[in-house]
Amino acid sequence: MIYKLQFADLLPYWDVLARGFVFTVALTVVSTMAGVLVGTLGACARTFGPRWLAGLLGAYVELIRNTPFLVQLFFVYFGLPAAGLKLTETQAAFIAMTINLGAYSTEIIRAGSEATPKGVIEAGVSLAMTRLQVLRHVVLKPAFQKVWPALASQIIIVMLGSSVVSQISAEDLTYAANFIQSRNFRAFESYFVVALAYLLLAVLTRAILRALGSRLFPKA
Amino acid sequence: MPLVSIVDVRKSFGANEVLKGVSLPVEKGDVVAIIGRSGSGKSTLLRCVNGLETHDAGSIMVDGLEVGGAKTDMRALRRHVGMVFQQFNLFPHLTALGNVTLAPRVVEKMGEGRARELGLEMLAKVGLAEKRDAYPSQLSGGQQQRVAIARALAMRPKALLCDEITSALDPELVNEVLRVVEKLAGEDMTLILVTHEMRFARDVGTKLVFMHQGRVHEQGAPKALFAAPQTAELQQFIGASFK
Amino acid sequence: MADFSLWVITSNLLLATRWTIALSLVAFVSGGAVGLLLLLARMSASGALRRFVSLYVEFFQGTPLLMQLFMLCFGAALFGVEISPWMAASLALTFWTSAFLTEIWRGCVESVPKGQWEAGSSVALTYVEQMRYVILPQALRIAVPPTVGFSVQVIKGTALASIIGFVELSRAGAMINNATFRPFLVYSITGLIYFALCYPLSLLAKSLERRLNAAG
Repeated sequence: MIYKLQFADLLPYWDVLARGFVFTVALTVVSTMAGVLVGTLGACARTFGPRWLAGLLGAYVELIRNTPFLVQLFFVYFGLPAAGLKLTETQAAFIAMTINLGAYSTEIIRAGSEATPKGVIEAGVSLAMTRLQVLRHVVLKPAFQKVWPALASQIIIVMLGSSVVSQISAEDLTYAANFIQSRNFRAFESYFVVALAYLLLAVLTRAILRALGSRLFPKA
Repeated sequence: MPLVSIVDVRKSFGANEVLKGVSLPVEKGDVVAIIGRSGSGKSTLLRCVNGLETHDAGSIMVDGLEVGGAKTDMRALRRHVGMVFQQFNLFPHLTALGNVTLAPRVVEKMGEGRARELGLEMLAKVGLAEKRDAYPSQLSGGQQQRVAIARALAMRPKALLCDEITSALDPELVNEVLRVVEKLAGEDMTLILVTHEMRFARDVGTKLVFMHQGRVHEQGAPKALFAAPQTAELQQFIGASFK
Repeated sequence: MADFSLWVITSNLLLATRWTIALSLVAFVSGGAVGLLLLLARMSASGALRRFVSLYVEFFQGTPLLMQLFMLCFGAALFGVEISPWMAASLALTFWTSAFLTEIWRGCVESVPKGQWEAGSSVALTYVEQMRYVILPQALRIAVPPTVGFSVQVIKGTALASIIGFVELSRAGAMINNATFRPFLVYSITGLIYFALCYPLSLLAKSLERRLNAAG
């Protein structure tokens, strides 16, 4: 038996696909920014903060890195409302992704910032910089420069992982594929096309992040 | 009133008292060379002057500001006191020019153009204008240290602290750095140097301080002191150093 | 009463954990075997083989594991093959794991200094002998920590099998939640069980890496 693939059956649903694509891009962009911000603050607090805070952040990082994103998402979407915090699907997806990327980027950025020699920090202090200026110009900038490729890889992993937000009915690319195949019964074609869309997104994200990295943190 | 006055300063690390009451006045334009064995407390003393270490007792005044004083803005103080380190401590992610202009830009809020102008002037002063776009990893140790000096000078300090700035250098690179310091001394810059370069201390210094076991053991005019040390310890130290 | 349901929830989740472990083991072992074959293809002289492997890696690393699972389920159906969730999950996770492992291992082989190849050929070893006696033993040493580290990703990856209907830990969590309506508790315990599986492996990977670095 030979099955003929029918990609044309997807065409009527191009708008559903486009909406899903935009949703996934928007969700990735927003939670990347929030997640990297969390990671930056987390890395600073873990390196320079008080012991108890560093310990707490260490537990956060390990807890997130050693549990599946799907369970984290369910915990946020189903668990938090039970504890009194009502969330929409989109909010839950955003929060779960931010928490997830926040943990990974805390660890990644910390690895970069801890490598700052003590003497270089002292040089900044001696030049009358404030603690914040030292942190920003002397510690974080070179740290980001060093770990940018690792951070970019992690962002792509989180973007691909975001496909499970369809499981709480957030209307992303995967949700679009589910929707389309439930209408036209072309399951394989739908998932194949959406998989290619993710691949395109991954390639684009990598290129954009690389360009952004060489703009923001020019290499020595 | 001296530009820097150090009075009866004490400092301990745990049970180990490294400064046991050090007093030292430094006048404007002085070139003070502090010598002594490792562990005699000379680097710690220098680091106390701009507050990288906090002293336990006594007082340090710089240009009318008390180091570590409750009312003192330490950043204001550090703007007047430059520091050059043994290990250069350049910012590895910035070019030579970037290293020199960072503090003027973020601390002094200087515009990009003016900071660049100032930075190039300072690099020219240490003879490295053509290396402006080189990163620290592309420079020799001597060149890195000269950039570090330019970086400190860009803040227009009233005094410059030099903490064994030639100790990490290969012997053939020492002189290019010392020549820069000598030039600064000639321009009336106030310098406090912790150094192992005895000839330099003797020839360029206006004042020699010999530290021993956490105290100023002997001080005076360099040439006189080298010619006729008063104590056995200094005599021994000079003998060992010039061998 | 609360204690009782806590115990029921936990014991049911622990029972389902067996399937998470089984699926992880299958995916890791067969993914490792496929990954090794891919590695050999990647290092071979054939340009076509090398290109195939890099496309394979690009595809499986550049698309969501969930899409791969769906495509496998529905792709098999196109050929008239009825495929169980267990089979689909095992196969998809095998492909996915092999793509990552082959890429990790390629990095390890490439990190062996070029001089080692040259030293090998200078004593007249053939390509295969150089690989067998000089390069692989050294690459293997470097490869152990990241490989152990990736096993954590495999265990977490198995959670997606729940979405295509395979009853493992995550699926059991969702089912128990539907029955008890205690999502906070159920997903906390589910998460903790995953943590108990993954964290020791993470620690092991870290300590292996530290030992490797210390050995130089």
